[in-house]
Amino acid sequence: MDFGTILEWIIKALIIVLSLTAGFAYTTLYERKVLARMQVRVGPNRAGPGGLLQPIADAVKLIFKEELIPADADKLVFIVAPVITVIPALVITAVVPWGGTVNLFGRQVVLQLTDVPVGVLWILSVTSISVYGITLAGWSSNNKYAMLGGLRSTAQMISYELALGLAYVGPILIAGSMSMRDIVEAQQKLPFFILQPVAFLVYLIATLAEINRAPFDMPEAEQELTAGYHTEYSSMKFALFFMAEYIKMVAVSMIGATLFFGGYLGPDLSFIPVIGPAINPWMGPVWLFLKTLIWMFLIIWLRATLPRIRYDRLMALGWKVMFPVALASVIVTATVVLLVGG
Amino acid sequence: MIRGIFTGLWTTLRSMFTRPITIQYPEEKRPVRTRFRGRHVLKRYDNGLEKCIGCSLCAAACPADAIFVEAAENTDEKRFSPGERYASTYEINMLRCIYCGFCEDACPTEAIVLGDNYELSFTDRNQSIYNKEMLIEPVPAGGKPTPQVTPAGVFTRSVPEMKDPAD
Repeated sequence: MDFGTILEWIIKALIIVLSLTAGFAYTTLYERKVLARMQVRVGPNRAGPGGLLQPIADAVKLIFKEELIPADADKLVFIVAPVITVIPALVITAVVPWGGTVNLFGRQVVLQLTDVPVGVLWILSVTSISVYGITLAGWSSNNKYAMLGGLRSTAQMISYELALGLAYVGPILIAGSMSMRDIVEAQQKLPFFILQPVAFLVYLIATLAEINRAPFDMPEAEQELTAGYHTEYSSMKFALFFMAEYIKMVAVSMIGATLFFGGYLGPDLSFIPVIGPAINPWMGPVWLFLKTLIWMFLIIWLRATLPRIRYDRLMALGWKVMFPVALASVIVTATVVLLVGG
Repeated sequence: MIRGIFTGLWTTLRSMFTRPITIQYPEEKRPVRTRFRGRHVLKRYDNGLEKCIGCSLCAAACPADAIFVEAAENTDEKRFSPGERYASTYEINMLRCIYCGFCEDACPTEAIVLGDNYELSFTDRNQSIYNKEMLIEPVPAGGKPTPQVTPAGVFTRSVPEMKDPAD
């Protein structure tokens, strides 16, 4: 491995981490704007033109807030929990391809950090880790609301993980590979949300539960649990939980766009003189970005519309509806793939 | 249930394309209602004399004990209001005031009126005490500022003579 390859990896990793953290900040603004418009308001518009500096103002405010650790909290776990939550969120998207191959300074650069042959498994396993952070945060706070929030989160994530895992199986079966890039390339003709509508819906609902978004925001149900697992957190530790939640939202949207909407694939624009064949490979990240935006809009739209589901209904939906439906979808897909032959 | 979800989604999407009802507050203000009870104003007669005669009936009527009035004697050389006395000190603690308007009702000369200013904010408790200079309205056009020098025997009545009430 030469120096150039290492440098390339470092740069790509930096791009992912930085764009996710910046993306987190602007996702909050995006969400607030869309929610406001759906509630016939205008949303944040004071800081900067059109409220564009609002995330920065929020960040500065959070940094200067007092950092509190409850007297009876388990200090080490209390401090480590937000880190455990945020790190997996940052590394999930390492396997998501953002484009094809481009020529940069005489190097053939693949627009993806690393194409793990078992990319989908990587995503599944890494998302499961972040539940530990939430549970530990709830437990270490020594607060009954936080504890209940943490426990709910655990139960919820375990229930929905099964359906989520099965939702990945449909695209994997059709693509015949677990590599994210192969799955994208298999969608050249038809995006998988047409071929796998059930898996698509199961993925959408299960990820909402997985990232604790409304209508499944049980772990942080404000009315019953004050703020759930992060009740006792303040300042940057709170910001880390917030960050994890929104980065997971971005990541889930990116992965969803990759699995079901054809990821970086888009119409060939090289006939337009401004773009041409030289720029066309660079359109990959743009398509992925647009698809991610649409997916995030869907998530925000659902939040603006649906009330929170009662906890027992949530579990019932997870085990009695989502899981069997996902299982049936997998069986049907497997049979069809076996008969038709991929 | 599925139909309900889609109805809801349609509603939120539709409302996204309606005009926001937000009023951009500091730049854009909604006019208050005619009977709105905001910050108090001490009124003057057209000639510039103060309507307040320092009787302290407002202070007596105030359920929150927010008003403090101290009266002093008027003379024809130094006249603030018609009649014998005027309010030399008039203070309202806006943190105590509950904006009930009883002071307005108690006033025999209609000197104190609850206005339409609702932008009362303080950085300090002392700032919440509004004194006479802050409460009194500016001298109307054609009037003279108080204290005025007035001819003797004209302004002997503290309370104006009651005519048929117009409003």
